[in-house]
Amino acid sequence: MTTRPLNSLSRFNLASLALGLAFLYLPILILVIYSFNASRLVTVWGGWSTRWYGEFFNDEAMLEAAWMSLRVAAASATLATLLGTLAAAALSRGGRFKGRTLFSGMLYAPLVMPEVISGLSLLLLFVALDAARGFWTVTVAHTTLTLCFVAVVVQSRLGALDRSLEEAAMDLGCDPFRAFIAVTLPLIMPAIAAGWMLAFTLSLDDLVIATFTTGPGSETLPIRIYSEVKLGVKPEVNAICALVIAGIAAVIVAASLVAKLSSVRGESAAPL
Amino acid sequence: MSVRDAFTRPARLAARAPYLWMVLFFLVPFGFVAKISLSQTAIAQPPYVPLFDLTLGVAAIKAAFAALSLDNFRLLVSDDLYVLSYLRSLLVAAISTSILLLIGYPIAYGMARLPRTWQPVAMMLVIVPFWTSFLIRIYAWINILQHDGLLNQILLALHLVSTPVVWLSTDGAMYLGIVYSYLPFMILPLYATLAKMDPALLEAASDLGAPPRGAFWLVTFPLSLPGVAAGVLLCFIPIVGEFVIPDLLAGSDSLMIGQTLWLEFFNNKDWPVASAVAVALLALLLVPLLLYERMQRRQLERA
Repeated sequence: MTTRPLNSLSRFNLASLALGLAFLYLPILILVIYSFNASRLVTVWGGWSTRWYGEFFNDEAMLEAAWMSLRVAAASATLATLLGTLAAAALSRGGRFKGRTLFSGMLYAPLVMPEVISGLSLLLLFVALDAARGFWTVTVAHTTLTLCFVAVVVQSRLGALDRSLEEAAMDLGCDPFRAFIAVTLPLIMPAIAAGWMLAFTLSLDDLVIATFTTGPGSETLPIRIYSEVKLGVKPEVNAICALVIAGIAAVIVAASLVAKLSSVRGESAAPL
Repeated sequence: MSVRDAFTRPARLAARAPYLWMVLFFLVPFGFVAKISLSQTAIAQPPYVPLFDLTLGVAAIKAAFAALSLDNFRLLVSDDLYVLSYLRSLLVAAISTSILLLIGYPIAYGMARLPRTWQPVAMMLVIVPFWTSFLIRIYAWINILQHDGLLNQILLALHLVSTPVVWLSTDGAMYLGIVYSYLPFMILPLYATLAKMDPALLEAASDLGAPPRGAFWLVTFPLSLPGVAAGVLLCFIPIVGEFVIPDLLAGSDSLMIGQTLWLEFFNNKDWPVASAVAVALLALLLVPLLLYERMQRRQLERA
């Protein structure tokens, strides 16, 4: 092999990679370990225990907030996936239509827009519309943010797709709509699934936009955790955080399994 | 009409729903922010004097326009509090983005040099923390950095310090939190450009007599600049408006602009001033935002 220069890993490369990953994972690992600490003093190790998990399941307000977050995440991720996929299809198959620049601008700007601005502006809209603030306003706000992430994920998959497959379907008598449903949609399904899961976790994670757009009496989990964290470190909060991490890890494992399954199926279906 | 063009019309139809959604929930709300930033504060619910009410007819609208005031913006430039927090935000964003680039580049480079089969695994490992809750990752650091936290315990046990060091509520902790949270955003675009690079280019450089370090600065780094620009914008813009990290990790003596907006809105209930802060912040970020939007559009259209 003559490609030695790029493929060889120097000790420096390996060290920076290992240190970087350790930096990313150690704090989370420490948090999870301490969530099993039996001692009430967060910093003194008192042996292994699951008592803080028990405390969480007895905390009505926390459970209610978790339920609210899960509902908002499921509803907004589903709406965002529908709208985001449509947006991605329009951008990658629509050619140069009128208003395209504005459209893509509106889709990419929220990806980096500071959350305080998005949150404030949506709240002012909801106040002007006199909408009752709570589940639906947070759901609409999260949909607006996360549909942009879905659009980017799906669009990059659509761009990498072999267009001749769609064209073959049309040559065989499909109209564009049927060709999209029968050929394109199954091929981009892994990206759509990944987009849904990303939207779900982003919604579950959001504090700032939810704080602006929610109303009294309907707190999401991050809002609840934030007010606890402001008061200091508590073992119970460690347990909740560890549970959220476990939940997200489960979603990621599911996502990679879905991707693996569909890529296996996609490969076997492709030659047909 | 070619087969390919047949998709254009249905695709444009598909654009309608998300287009309408984004106009209504992304574009129009900025109009409200702008409108309220020009109105007066009032002790009412909602706490501002409504600018105009369409039901009152043309005369009322004319009167409303006459009442538009730039008072809130005058306050922003005259009060040091606001000017200083804009400057601090820009400074914090610039410093953290530089640290992110310095740390992220070697990691991305290491990833791009891994054997092909290992690269997706490394990429997954970098993405997973991004999926994990932002708030929880900051909280994890509070656990470690607090007065009798793990870091101080280790330092005390090793006799490196004799009394616990104050880590929390310092700028150092805030920078640590920002770098920790935004690292994946820096690594991924860098890795994407570095992984695409043709190894033959480096061979050519070494054949022509460039030492490895020279080849890096002459070939690799210039070619990775699009990735550098993407990573820098992806981190810099949101960090300027960051709220959670400075709120939980930095001291309260100097505020970033996201915190100022938050305080004006939630503590002082001054919606007009909060809106004016948001308008000014948006104006400050307009150029980097437009740059980012253009890069993103080009990149996705090339794909």
